[in-house]
Amino acid sequence: MLTNRSKVVVKKEMNFWERIYLPAILGGIIITIKHLFRRKATVRYPETKRYISDIWRGEHVLKRDEHGAERCTACGLCAVACPAEAITMTAAERKKGEEGLYREEKYASVYEINMLRCIFCGLCEEACPKEAIFLTNRIVTTDYDRESFIYGKDKLVEPVDNRIDVTVRQTQAVQEFKQHKSFSHNR
Amino acid sequence: MIAFLTYKGILVLVIFIITLAVAAYSTYAERKVAAFLQDRIGPDRAGPFGLLQPLADGAKFFFKEEIIPNVSNKVLFVLGPCIAMLTALMAGVVIPWGNTVFLGGKEYALQIADLNIGILYVFGVVSIGVYGIMIGGWSSNNKFSLLGAIRASAQMISYEIAMGLSIIALILMTGTLSLREITLQQAGGIGSHWNFWNVVYQPLGFIIFLVCAFAECNRTPFDLPECETELVGGYHTEYSSMKLGLYLFSEYINMFISSAVISTLYFGGFNFPFMNNVGLSHNWITVLGSAFFFGKVVFFIFFFMWIRWTIPRFRYDQLMNLGWKILLPLAIFNIALTGLVSLLFSR
Repeated sequence: MLTNRSKVVVKKEMNFWERIYLPAILGGIIITIKHLFRRKATVRYPETKRYISDIWRGEHVLKRDEHGAERCTACGLCAVACPAEAITMTAAERKKGEEGLYREEKYASVYEINMLRCIFCGLCEEACPKEAIFLTNRIVTTDYDRESFIYGKDKLVEPVDNRIDVTVRQTQAVQEFKQHKSFSHNR
Repeated sequence: MIAFLTYKGILVLVIFIITLAVAAYSTYAERKVAAFLQDRIGPDRAGPFGLLQPLADGAKFFFKEEIIPNVSNKVLFVLGPCIAMLTALMAGVVIPWGNTVFLGGKEYALQIADLNIGILYVFGVVSIGVYGIMIGGWSSNNKFSLLGAIRASAQMISYEIAMGLSIIALILMTGTLSLREITLQQAGGIGSHWNFWNVVYQPLGFIIFLVCAFAECNRTPFDLPECETELVGGYHTEYSSMKLGLYLFSEYINMFISSAVISTLYFGGFNFPFMNNVGLSHNWITVLGSAFFFGKVVFFIFFFMWIRWTIPRFRYDQLMNLGWKILLPLAIFNIALTGLVSLLFSR
């Protein structure tokens, strides 16, 4: 009785009008004919797109820093945090002369996210100590085979000349929260 | 004689094409009506408003792989859909699609054959249609097909009885089996002689006939031979490619034909209100009457679909209960009532 909507089942005999069904069917077809003139709920997808939130969690991006070097240091915290085990990576050591490419001394030579496994929860973003991985409001596009859903660095790392804006998701409150990583991790 | 044969030949061809076109667009209408009744839009990608969808579906059927199961009876397997399609098309022969037209001083009836036993012919052809389903289900050598076929044929045979009895009451009243004469008796209507359509005199018979027509066409709420939402697909489980297409198509043709029969028997066929008062020539009245006839048919096809997306299907025992214990006695009662009333008031 939490919702006060429970009904007591009454198993009474149907009377004559209920037994011949026709009045009930008439009531039913009146209901359905009303729906014929209702506003349609369909969104004709490629032409019109349903509004998605600015902080929608979609396709990931691996950010570069202000000099264009990759921020990821292949610590593996995102892979550990990932509940769907969608993230794999291989770490490599930065060579001399690659300082412009990778910010830290260690970097991910391979970084793959299986978009079919990913549940877009955003825990990788939360786990990342280097502000390297973010979810964006881009939708992962469809494809015909499973292999093409394993996104490598070619698709994940943002282009130097075409940076992907993540400031919408990184509001003041989020930035503040990220100052105290221990809040979420030690719980 | 030559002129007569060419005229009949052309008429057969035209009605054949119209039947196929209506059946093809029924598949489209089914999806559109379903969508609209569920607040959706339905197919709208092929052509404007998706109008080319039936063509796309048909072409798709031809491109599908044709599988004839190894363990099936191959002759019967091919024969099944042929019979289903053939009998579905044959029933259209006796339907009066319109009144007569005068061309060059000669009178032509817009009906392929005015049999004096038109209704019996329709019933005969429809009952052969059961063979198409039964043979298809049997020759597939598949349990589910056979179960579906048995369900379908048991249902069709049971409901044919009540359907036939509901017609007897109508024949008692009209005194003829010819569909053309039954239609002509309903001529005039509102505005001239106050001669109403048969549905006014036979409301109970009409309801029985309508319910039985739903069962005969394997439509919801009697679609349990197929029940695509819970079974694999009934008697045409093993069919693929255009053979499956023929089965599905013959069902839509059956729906078209039964809508035409309902309109002819109970809703005045090609007659329309004020037809004697509009002051047009005979030929124009005929053209207008045919248009009205097709309007009625389209309405009943829509009604079939409307019902389909409104109510759930019966359980099998409920189906048999309704057919044998309710509709059959009701139909007999209707015959007695009609006899009594016509004896007392002698229309």
